[in-house]
Amino acid sequence: MAEAPQVQVAGPPSGPVEGVVLHLDEPLSFWGGFDSASGEIIDRHHPQLGSSVAGRVLVMRTGRGSSSGSSVLLEAVRCGTAPAAIVMVEADAIVALGAIVADELYGVSLPVVLVDEAELAELCTGIRVNIDPDGSVRILDAD
Amino acid sequence: MPGTYAARVALHLTDDDVRRLDGGDGPAVRLAMRVVVRLAEALGAEELLDISGAHVDSCLYHGRAPLDFAERLAGDGAAVVVPTTLNVSSLDLLHPDLYRGDPGEGELARRLMDAYVAMGCRPTWTCAPYQLEDRPAFGENVAWAESNAIAFANSVLGARTDRYGDFVDICAAVTGRAPAAGFHLDENRRATVVFHLEGLMPGLLESSLLPHVLGTLVGSVVGNRVPVIDGVPDPPGEDWLKALGSAAASAGSVGMFHVVGATPEAPTLEVALGGRQPDEVVVVRSDDLRRTRDLLTTAVGSDLATVSLGTPHYSVAEIGRFVEALAGRNVHPAVDVYISTGRGVLDEVEDRGWAEGLRSAGVTIVTDTCTYVTPILRETSRPAMTDSAKWAYYAPGNLGVDVVLASTRECVESAVAGKVVLDDAIWTEGHFDG
Repeated sequence: MAEAPQVQVAGPPSGPVEGVVLHLDEPLSFWGGFDSASGEIIDRHHPQLGSSVAGRVLVMRTGRGSSSGSSVLLEAVRCGTAPAAIVMVEADAIVALGAIVADELYGVSLPVVLVDEAELAELCTGIRVNIDPDGSVRILDAD
Repeated sequence: MPGTYAARVALHLTDDDVRRLDGGDGPAVRLAMRVVVRLAEALGAEELLDISGAHVDSCLYHGRAPLDFAERLAGDGAAVVVPTTLNVSSLDLLHPDLYRGDPGEGELARRLMDAYVAMGCRPTWTCAPYQLEDRPAFGENVAWAESNAIAFANSVLGARTDRYGDFVDICAAVTGRAPAAGFHLDENRRATVVFHLEGLMPGLLESSLLPHVLGTLVGSVVGNRVPVIDGVPDPPGEDWLKALGSAAASAGSVGMFHVVGATPEAPTLEVALGGRQPDEVVVVRSDDLRRTRDLLTTAVGSDLATVSLGTPHYSVAEIGRFVEALAGRNVHPAVDVYISTGRGVLDEVEDRGWAEGLRSAGVTIVTDTCTYVTPILRETSRPAMTDSAKWAYYAPGNLGVDVVLASTRECVESAVAGKVVLDDAIWTEGHFDG
């Protein structure tokens, strides 16, 4: 493609990560919008209110909202309610920091991968994808 | 599925950076530097830059994991190397009885606060550090977290901070370094989306509600792009800009905005746009703003249990306006009224004699924290009213409470009446004093 997408991994995975996509229609603020105890979206204004992000490959274009999102994401990692990976179009410090500190503090990998708009559009909710240690996203099966 | 992996931009580190990263300044600096460097890589920064101050959001309790991080840093002897202020916490240390949460959790929240103070941060406990005396000057690079504070620092002060999340705030404070990325760089500070206000009624233009609903609308349209607002008739003051930024940063991820004629990097629309054409122009009319207010209001009817004001923390001027609107009346005994503010503002409000007056009128003053981040509200099963779009945005999810968003004046009248009283004249008519 003409412009190489800035695919970067905030928390490089030790091995490939596999999971089922949850593609958010709107970005999510982890703080105030997500419950680290249950792994569910609790933002009453969010179209996917009530969906669980735990273990999913969470796809959202950009970040959103509160700086505390990093802390909530880290706590979700500790509680086992975090996504398996996060795929975004634009790098977001708040999301990246949760993943970076999860690795530094607990040695737990939460890859945050950047893709371009076209790739993002292909990642529909429900499909299974693989994320390689180099940050590339591969669709395993599409319904 | 294409999955191209672009090689990381090489991050240039100075000798001092390398020493910190290699543990030459001890394990705490090493950990802090690793976080700063890894964030710089994730953001595609080419180098780090010196910061002259920090505002730390990580002191609000969100569970054991962030506490583990803070205690690891503090236990390894971390100390801030630049003046560092602290955001709201989960506890009101001046009025500890207000906390209605689990006592065990309260103790952990206290431990988190202690860890940050032990690292040399100032116990300011406010989400409005720009209301303190020492605030960053135009052009100064700082590392601020807390979304409303970030928006204010960039937009109103003309200081430079990226949209930092928790952890890197303290790591930047401990190392004095931050990624040269985002809003630290000129090219990311120019506006790309224009919002033009058109035909707003004088009543709405004077209402405290305008920046809240406008900010919400702006944030939901721009996401993380930089907006410029044109057509605000009178140059708005800092409280207005604070409200706009806090709402925009909640509804979107706005880290910087311009208001033509009011913010320092927008003397004209052309300058705010950096001499280029905007990507998008949005015309804002009264009906759009009214719809935005309606979207943020989740309660129906006139039942009212709580009025919560001061998100972000009220300034002295805002408390003054509340006192004026209350006009010597008491609030209704069946309504709990909370005003959240910083300790520094409270000191001044005490000196002016307003605090005692507010307490005897039935108002509860909350410091060090905020009523939507920790269990303080006595009653959450019945509706709450607020003059803050940010509070309205987050409280239903955080507290499970239904909200009514209104102007400060409407909140005061409702608090006195003991039920929701809205004055729809602001949407249709001329003068409305509030």
